[in-house]
Amino acid sequence: MGEDAVSMRGISKRFGNVAAVDRTDFHIKKGEIHVLLGENGAGKTTLMKMLYGMIQPDEGEIFINGSLANIRSSKDAIGYGINMVHQHFMLAGYLTVAENVVAGWEPDNTRVFSYKNAVETVRRLGGQYHMEVNPERRVQELSVGNQQRVEILKALYREAEILIMDEPTAVLTPQESDELFNVLRRLKQEGKSIILITHKLKETLQIADRISVLRDGKITAYGIDPEKTDQEELAALMVGRNVELHIQRRSKKIGKTVYQISNLSLGENGGHKLDQIDLSLRKGEILGLAGIEGNGQTELIEVLCGLRKPGTGSLILNGRKMNSQAREFLGNGIGHIPEDRTTRGLVLSMSIEENLMLGYHHQSEFQKWGILRKKNNRLIAERLIKEYGVKARDGRLPVSALSGGNQQKVVIARVLHQDPDVLIAAQPTRGVDVGAMEYIHHMLLELRDKGKAILLISADLDEIRSLSDRIAVIYEGRIVSEKMSDAYTETELGLLMAGGTQ
Amino acid sequence: MNRKIKVKNGMQALVSLLMAFVVSGILMAICGYQPFLIFGAIISGAFGSNSAIVQTMIQATPLIFSGLAYIFASKAGMFNLGMEGQIYMGGIAAAAIGGMNLGLPAPVHIGLTLCAGMIAGGLFGALAGVMKACFGANEVISTLMLNFVAINLTSYLVNYPLKAPGPVAQTQNVMPSAMLPKLSAHSQLSAAILLAVFTAFAVRYFLGRTAKGFDITVTGSNRKAAQTAGVRIRRILILAMFVSGAIAGIGGACHITGVDRRFVDGFSAGYGFDGIAVAALASNRPLMVLVSSIIFGALRAGALRLNMTTNLPTDFISVIQALVVIFVAAPMLVEDLKSSGYKLAGRLTGRRKEAKEQ
Repeated sequence: MGEDAVSMRGISKRFGNVAAVDRTDFHIKKGEIHVLLGENGAGKTTLMKMLYGMIQPDEGEIFINGSLANIRSSKDAIGYGINMVHQHFMLAGYLTVAENVVAGWEPDNTRVFSYKNAVETVRRLGGQYHMEVNPERRVQELSVGNQQRVEILKALYREAEILIMDEPTAVLTPQESDELFNVLRRLKQEGKSIILITHKLKETLQIADRISVLRDGKITAYGIDPEKTDQEELAALMVGRNVELHIQRRSKKIGKTVYQISNLSLGENGGHKLDQIDLSLRKGEILGLAGIEGNGQTELIEVLCGLRKPGTGSLILNGRKMNSQAREFLGNGIGHIPEDRTTRGLVLSMSIEENLMLGYHHQSEFQKWGILRKKNNRLIAERLIKEYGVKARDGRLPVSALSGGNQQKVVIARVLHQDPDVLIAAQPTRGVDVGAMEYIHHMLLELRDKGKAILLISADLDEIRSLSDRIAVIYEGRIVSEKMSDAYTETELGLLMAGGTQ
Repeated sequence: MNRKIKVKNGMQALVSLLMAFVVSGILMAICGYQPFLIFGAIISGAFGSNSAIVQTMIQATPLIFSGLAYIFASKAGMFNLGMEGQIYMGGIAAAAIGGMNLGLPAPVHIGLTLCAGMIAGGLFGALAGVMKACFGANEVISTLMLNFVAINLTSYLVNYPLKAPGPVAQTQNVMPSAMLPKLSAHSQLSAAILLAVFTAFAVRYFLGRTAKGFDITVTGSNRKAAQTAGVRIRRILILAMFVSGAIAGIGGACHITGVDRRFVDGFSAGYGFDGIAVAALASNRPLMVLVSSIIFGALRAGALRLNMTTNLPTDFISVIQALVVIFVAAPMLVEDLKSSGYKLAGRLTGRRKEAKEQ
């Protein structure tokens, strides 16, 4: 056991009468990248927070470099060379990079804080690990990827030997993720041990030296060699049953156009956000919109759902010109799964029940003479919760009490219950675990087979390719290519998304 | 879960109240007064006799209205700090309509008078709503400033065009047909308090049970989600400010037709501003406003009595009120005090243990 940098033995943690982590052993070798894989709520973060001293285990022991460690707080953990980069960064946006890095561990023992000294230290550290960030910039001016670098620099400054990264790619673009992985590989070469918490399978196989899977608070597989496994096996270990990861089932019957988008343009600050977009959504077809985020997808979604008026162009739904308000779009059968469920899709502080009627609460199903039909609405909510498999004890709980996947199910249940003709599905599986992802994919295909028209917008190219019958590529607000999805190769799509020509 | 939160809020309000009394008591002692004497005088002035209780209720009535007005706007995510002005606008409109000899039967005339107050207050509130929805004017500032417009406008009106003969700046008495009936022949207490209680239930029902109320709550909780759900945000903001102003306006109208019987220059004396504190102590729940209004009403009634019967300074009442607001407005502070209290206790007992072990 001498070579283990960290050895957690017989660790348990209960919250109420739920065991978040249940008599778990977990070991990390020096100089490895160990991926801790599991669904949301499997106990990954709880386990790691115990290593980092944020919460205390009910039982079990932690050994660092072979000797028993007494970790009562994060400060203790940092003393043992353990650092954690949280999913939500712990940075002071108004302060500079250098100030953030040294905060709490300022150089010099003198009472006077030497800013110059701090800047110098951070610059040297950045150079050493090839993570150049200007130490004098304010953190709030940095991109998310660079803010994450600041977090890592902070850990290195505190002389971390063991680095815990909690879902580090959740907030990054694919390019930023690649850069992060390069940084992590370099740290590994320097002899640091890295624990990476994630539920994403592809990146797990990409970066891991060894993989452990956590399910329901227990390690179900420890130290898997990524060479000897695949996504299907990992998914099954995570969920506890076989999961269909890439459902590919093309439409058998594509019908006539339901929603016709013609010559749509939208200007902003002199530039074009959307430039002469023509798309037609047809019955029984999933049209995938591929593109790197920030190329006009958000604006297009907003226009298609009536949240924003286009500069020019027309929207015709079932032969009727749409030019009114969001409420009319909803009422006329355009369902919307918003890109960002926590800001647009749901009111987190309100109950699951209330969220299940949000946007449709003026329809006679939910109200009579302006009075909400409370009993009736509760029954509808209970039915939807059951039908869509939302894991919730009580519909009266605030929707914020649910996991990401279950929150998304609430959004989907709400929309599909209204039986829309057109569905604008934006990032429908973002931040949900594989089990929920499989479920949502099935829902979309089922809806399509019922003859609905679906526009799928996703940053996940695999998702677009496996679900779409047809794919359109958006680049800088223009549709640069559109054909049946099987006519594209992956490299061709990647090239088009990056602005290359065929 | 919800019940837990309610109990917790209630506890917090209670702790805040207690803290306010303790701290103001200390201040009184420092100033050389006997805190228990003053508290005793306040309590007997507020609850010591039938007439004291009536006085408390009279003082509580306008506070119920302004507390509810504040809550209504805040549910839509708006801060209405213009209730004072809306009370004045409602009051002057009620005095004008109530003062007209229309030859109407009393119920009709009363209804008309209260409606006038409601609409005047509502329009004045909606003005800030329109400025917010159409021009993005921060409602905190606009409502606060509009108070001065209302106070000075009504002051001009009762000093010149609407002034009754005599030395005092006030309107003529309202017609007997426009006066709110008294609950008992001998006291000042009028039906206004019933109307206030009814309004509290109405606000709760509207916000909790109607589709429009749902629009308002959603808008106040997450404006982007509301927009996505097809809620017309601008209309909702204006509507919420209208209703909020209307509630405050009825409060003013009730005071005119139920208590003063005429519009006296500067009659409100902070009923509108106290509404913010009332709402805060009620942790923004309509029915709790009834309780917190009585507490603040009692302080006001106690102050009046203190003024009449003793030479103790009534300024302490303002101090108590201010402290309640501070402690309610700073739930974190109360939390911190509680937890550091526990910590201190833990540390003390811990040290003792250690000492024993040594």
